[in-house]
Amino acid sequence: MTGLSLADVLDLLGAALVLAGCFLCFAAALGILRFPDVVSRMHAATKPQTLGLILLAAGVEVSLRSWASFGTLVLIAALQLATAPVSAHLVGRTVYRTDQVRHDLLVRDDLAHDLEAAGFHLGPAPEDEDQPASSDDDRRLS
Amino acid sequence: MSPVHVAVLVMVGIGAVLLVVAASMTVARMARGPSSLDRVVAADVLVAVVIATLAADAIVNDHATTLPIMLVLSLLGFAGAVSIARFVAERDKAVRWEDPGTRPKDGAQ
Repeated sequence: MTGLSLADVLDLLGAALVLAGCFLCFAAALGILRFPDVVSRMHAATKPQTLGLILLAAGVEVSLRSWASFGTLVLIAALQLATAPVSAHLVGRTVYRTDQVRHDLLVRDDLAHDLEAAGFHLGPAPEDEDQPASSDDDRRLS
Repeated sequence: MSPVHVAVLVMVGIGAVLLVVAASMTVARMARGPSSLDRVVAADVLVAVVIATLAADAIVNDHATTLPIMLVLSLLGFAGAVSIARFVAERDKAVRWEDPGTRPKDGAQ
């Protein structure tokens, strides 16, 4: 325990960063399993996709210490930062448009207000003739 | 084996245990999830868990072989989420918000 060289310190730092990234993955998976609807599950899922991946890339780079891996890891982090908001936006848009939001858990729903003000309307269920709307609601919110 | 190496192995080992539990929970949500959007969000997290596993492997074995795989996986999750959200999930739900241009065909307003 006398002298830690710079390489030792960097190895420990890299392992700690990767451990933090793994913990973010674990926290996100816990949220995925426990949260009540798709929107809140998306909230949990975005943590390892951006911050967790950046922590992992930093940990690998600090541990490997080569310029070739630096380029690849910067590319990984940049691509993830560019694509994660797009996919999250599309998933959230589809969630809201197909009405899979738990409205009873919302305090405010500004988007519904704005959509109604802009002339949008909540369309009728296409299979209203086949089954009652209440069972459809139960199936959707369960 | 130096003490530093042992400490690195212990930290990455704890991370690996966390990753195993995380992968199990995301797979449980993928099996259970009521809608396909639940499943695609869980699949995104599973891809992130696999990327973290590859990063831990790169640290423990001190090689850069897995970095291209991490690069491909970080794009794969995006493609899957966008395609499912755009083309698959829109048609499996009953009630939806419609814009003023697409009134229902039977004239119900």
